[in-house]
Amino acid sequence: MPEDLAALASAVAGRAGRGEQIEVYVSRGVETDVRAYDGDVEVLSQASSAGVGIRVVVGGRQGFASAGSLDADVVGDVLGEARDNARFATPDEHVGLAEPDGRDPAVLDLWDDGVPGTPPERKAELALELERRTRSADPRIRQVSSADYGDLAVAWAVASSTGVLASGRRTVCSLAVSALAGEGGHTGVGVSAGRGIEDLDLAGAADDAVLRATRLIGASKARSTRCTVVLDPRVTATLLAVVASALSGESVTKNRSMFAGRIGEVVAAPGLVLVDDPTDPRAFSASPFDGEGLACRRNELIAGGVLRGFVYDSVAARRAGTASTGSAVRGGYASTPVAGCRAVRLEPGELAADELLAAVGDGLYVQSVTGVHSGVSPVSGDFSVGAEGLWIRGGALDAPVREVTVASTLQRMLHAVTHVGADLQWLPGLASGQTLAIADMAVSGD
Amino acid sequence: MTVDADMLVDPDLVQRVLGRALQRGGDFAEVFAEDRRATSAVLDDGRIEELASGRDRGAGIRVVVGDTTGFAHTADLSEAGLLAAAEAAASVASGGTPRTVALGERGGRPRSGASRPGDAVAKADKIALLARADAAARSAGAAVAQVSASYGDSRRRLLVANSDGVLAVDDQVRTRLAVSVVAVGDTGRQTGFESVAATTGLELFDRTDVAEVAGAAARRAIAKLAARPAPSGSLPVVLASGSGGILFHEACGHGLEADHIAKETSVYTGRVGERVASPLVTLVDDGGVGGEWGTFAVDDEGHPAGRTVLIENGVLVDYLWDEVRARREGRRSSGNGRRQSYRHLPMVRMTNTFLLDGDADPDEIVAQTPHGVYVAKLGGGQVNTATGDFVFGTTEAYLIEDGHLAEPLRDANLIGNGPEVLARIDAVAGDFAMTPGTCGKDGQSVPVGCGQPTLRISAVTIGGTAGA
Repeated sequence: MPEDLAALASAVAGRAGRGEQIEVYVSRGVETDVRAYDGDVEVLSQASSAGVGIRVVVGGRQGFASAGSLDADVVGDVLGEARDNARFATPDEHVGLAEPDGRDPAVLDLWDDGVPGTPPERKAELALELERRTRSADPRIRQVSSADYGDLAVAWAVASSTGVLASGRRTVCSLAVSALAGEGGHTGVGVSAGRGIEDLDLAGAADDAVLRATRLIGASKARSTRCTVVLDPRVTATLLAVVASALSGESVTKNRSMFAGRIGEVVAAPGLVLVDDPTDPRAFSASPFDGEGLACRRNELIAGGVLRGFVYDSVAARRAGTASTGSAVRGGYASTPVAGCRAVRLEPGELAADELLAAVGDGLYVQSVTGVHSGVSPVSGDFSVGAEGLWIRGGALDAPVREVTVASTLQRMLHAVTHVGADLQWLPGLASGQTLAIADMAVSGD
Repeated sequence: MTVDADMLVDPDLVQRVLGRALQRGGDFAEVFAEDRRATSAVLDDGRIEELASGRDRGAGIRVVVGDTTGFAHTADLSEAGLLAAAEAAASVASGGTPRTVALGERGGRPRSGASRPGDAVAKADKIALLARADAAARSAGAAVAQVSASYGDSRRRLLVANSDGVLAVDDQVRTRLAVSVVAVGDTGRQTGFESVAATTGLELFDRTDVAEVAGAAARRAIAKLAARPAPSGSLPVVLASGSGGILFHEACGHGLEADHIAKETSVYTGRVGERVASPLVTLVDDGGVGGEWGTFAVDDEGHPAGRTVLIENGVLVDYLWDEVRARREGRRSSGNGRRQSYRHLPMVRMTNTFLLDGDADPDEIVAQTPHGVYVAKLGGGQVNTATGDFVFGTTEAYLIEDGHLAEPLRDANLIGNGPEVLARIDAVAGDFAMTPGTCGKDGQSVPVGCGQPTLRISAVTIGGTAGA
């Protein structure tokens, strides 16, 4: 329960001395992971974990320490270590903890008792059923390399000597299955996520994996060309996550973003609206509070193609001479908060996916991409990724393609968006996506 | 049995925990205890932004019954905590015969051999390295607009014991420094990155000057301000010595991991004894190479680091094995069972994977390439082992025109198919070098080394935007 965590965090934050700020983040979680393979449970993993991360700021110097335990003596050691570490930082007038800003948090129900409460045998049965259904759906499926059920139930609290006190809890569960079709080993991945087990669409995940694998059978490499590229909703989400990292006030204030100094400029196609809204309960990453304990809020980043704003935590906001947008994110108790988006999406357009393909006419439909971490830079904007998918001919999906790259720059791609699909899919991770058409990209092959 | 202060958990208690793990039967049980302490420091925007310390201590317990593995972990290394985790892991077993376990002599390395492990070095000395890197990067040119330098050290003490009687310890000390530079010019922003990392203490910096590391990152960022877009299409590619070695990691390394082989999700399944690469290719994985980033005394299943020849003169010789996959095949682990932490199950992983030297001259290889791309530094990569298709990114590359290096190129991914690209390696030089990297698989990250001499691939697809 978050109440005892909030009390623990408050008590430790209350130990701040004169001229000292202390922020304490604590979390406790349980998780279950099951992998089915070849009709058996391959792995059943059950785990609980807890930890503490403490920031100390003295005279504009920040120190941090963390440990994977909530034992009183360990927490005391962590505080001592964070205090010692603060001595080594360079003083910075912008460094300091968040101050309460009076914003009310959104009321969100992010918890389902059934996630921690369901016995592991039932969860294992879901993974087994997912594998069975995928394996038997189509004779061309020659292997199901993994069929996974996973869940997490976590409670957390953050308290600071500057008056912040926030806590919460959330559950999430998911199914993921990877199917291989044909001699070429063409791979399709199906996923479904939910707050609770009842939200999971097992049949949908299995069918999606089968469709994605089987439609690539016979895929071949292509001649290099330039054409319109249509992104699958999951690929759109991947693209938006990179764009979002360039909209972090942290990156912008440190000259590490292609958007630095461009507020008010046209950076995208006229109709494009990009928002970060963690208060929308449909987002799996929704949260009432950010990583510093301020209320999350809806932030408009791009509207009508014009760059409207960045997201800030309290430190990046001070550096930029503005206020926090409630956008501190933290990776867990072992890392410090940093400015970032949490629930990014494009406002949906009018066209269903098949109508969008018809409108595009000819091009390349990209089902999945690889090498995003090695070929896409939010600093320079250079974009080059491995891709597989299907040609679009006469407004419909046609022959499959593999072992090509698609390339452009992020700056050009945002301007070259021609259609935004109506088919927004809420996805785990910091971005959601819909079918998206981008004109004039380089496709490299033979 | 040896009992000493190097043991994270008393071996008598470990035997009782293994017995509890097998109380309902089972083919195999294992206790993995770990105590990890880490320090990291970040210099950014000209300031020491933060010094951070982390401590993580706990144990993971697994029970294998037939093809099923039960796993649980705990941060509580007391008898009660370990026994509770053993019972949770054993929940996959039922109705079997209980077993007792007798542990053998201790194996492994109780002390790291590092002369200056991070936990014995003053924090101020670590900070000083970052300040030196920052100054060196900023002095590389007026175009340098931002510098971030990060330092990290870790000490990972572990104990592994299993129902075969294995009892092993290790003390793994690692140290790393990385520099990331942004340069700004008329053409926009570009980035440069360089890192140095080793399984040693801070004596790493006795032989590697952080100013040179920082200077390399800065030069890379500045050079790319004048870069033209990379070509789009298929061309010969020369990979420089030490450019990353990631080619082999992705083109075949992952595909040679026995879990992919057992599930027939690798293009290399069933191909031992066949030619899978050019005769110039001899590829080795070796977890025991002194001080390299992927090095250890025992793997995370208690087996000594091993040296495995994977491909010899182009012929596939063997795969990489962990405990579970090796047991099923009735053979020994090759010492490639690794895990990110006690919270994770081990799986088959690479250690230091490298191509052995050939006898060509690196300058001659370039001189004999009329038109192509020279890759001085690679970034990361990714592979689908089932299709063999893989990508790897460039972070410093040049056009080759008439056998000479010409204009720098903007970053791009290259794409190829493992067996096809390995067959097209038509020159290998004798100037081998290793580079450190981080390998991700199934959500777990482990340190690895990658190495290669200068080599040429006769044709590979370059994912740029300009005409080839």
